[in-house]
Amino acid sequence: MQWDINSERPVYIQLIEQIQASIISGYFKPSDKLPSVRDLAAEASVNPNTMQKALAELERSGLIYSNRTSGRYITSDLMLIKELKGKSAKCLIIDFVEKMKQLGFEQEEVLTMITETIKEMGK
Amino acid sequence: MNSILQCESLSKKFSGSAALSNINFTIERGRIIGLLGPNGSGKTTLLKIINGLLVPDTGKVQISGMEPGIETKKIVSYLPERTYLADWMKVSDTIDFFKDFYGDFDAKIADDMLKRLKIDPNKKLKTLSKGTKEKVQLILVMSRRAELYCLDEPIGGVDPASRDYIVNTIITNYNENAAVLISTHLIAEIENILDEVIILKDGTVILHSSVDDIRTKEGKSIDSLFREVFKC
Repeated sequence: MQWDINSERPVYIQLIEQIQASIISGYFKPSDKLPSVRDLAAEASVNPNTMQKALAELERSGLIYSNRTSGRYITSDLMLIKELKGKSAKCLIIDFVEKMKQLGFEQEEVLTMITETIKEMGK
Repeated sequence: MNSILQCESLSKKFSGSAALSNINFTIERGRIIGLLGPNGSGKTTLLKIINGLLVPDTGKVQISGMEPGIETKKIVSYLPERTYLADWMKVSDTIDFFKDFYGDFDAKIADDMLKRLKIDPNKKLKTLSKGTKEKVQLILVMSRRAELYCLDEPIGGVDPASRDYIVNTIITNYNENAAVLISTHLIAEIENILDEVIILKDGTVILHSSVDDIRTKEGKSIDSLFREVFKC
């Protein structure tokens, strides 16, 4: 997968976000087996310890689980993935609405603009 | 015991002026540590002491419980700031040389890396460019299955594409029993593979911390922090 890590924020948090994003986008499908920590770390050009930390965090949240003998897997709990999808959509919307507010738009205006833009994009 | 390297109140003076004063730190196995600091802050002196090339005035170094000496040279792979290989040697000679010298040298790793970096093993060192010579030296050092790697400015003279490959080699060679100590000015290039940094200033440790902790606390990269702390 495509990794995009910058150095401004903690690397393990960025790894968590990007793995979550790839679960949402379907790059990793429910019950898929994850590559090894070492391979993932090499792919993302990060330290294996940092990748390990990110995976441990994802395990704690239930998005991935590990099988002692055969590695790590993406959860098969579709509700959990759906929930995650909803959460990240909400984050995007909040971010967007705040930015529109900074540009000086009222909520009503924002809503009409969205509807219009969607129509235009559909054409 | 999980630490590979311990430095206890190390001090070293050169003709009256202090190069290192009261250095204390411990490095755990399985970690990749950046040794950072401006020119003349003591990075190379520290690495030389760890490798037994200099003797500290006071304090002591313990590598896997031993003082620097013959036994520690077996488990420490050191890339010095300057090359020491004879110019008349072919690249393949240097590999044989390392094979003879170090029991933990794995010629297969070296051959793979030479191929990847497109270095002809039949060429004499004399005929190689400065950057290529540096690559050869680094390949030799990284091809040992050591417990502690001490790399003094490993990627300084190396082109950006090869740097990426070398940085990747450090990660893929990673083994949880070994630690890597890298001194460098190219912080941005390596900071994403580091666990911790040790920052030296005028011969003392001013910061020893996990890199992600620094990013959380300071909200910036190690590179930006360094530029801010040492602004001229």
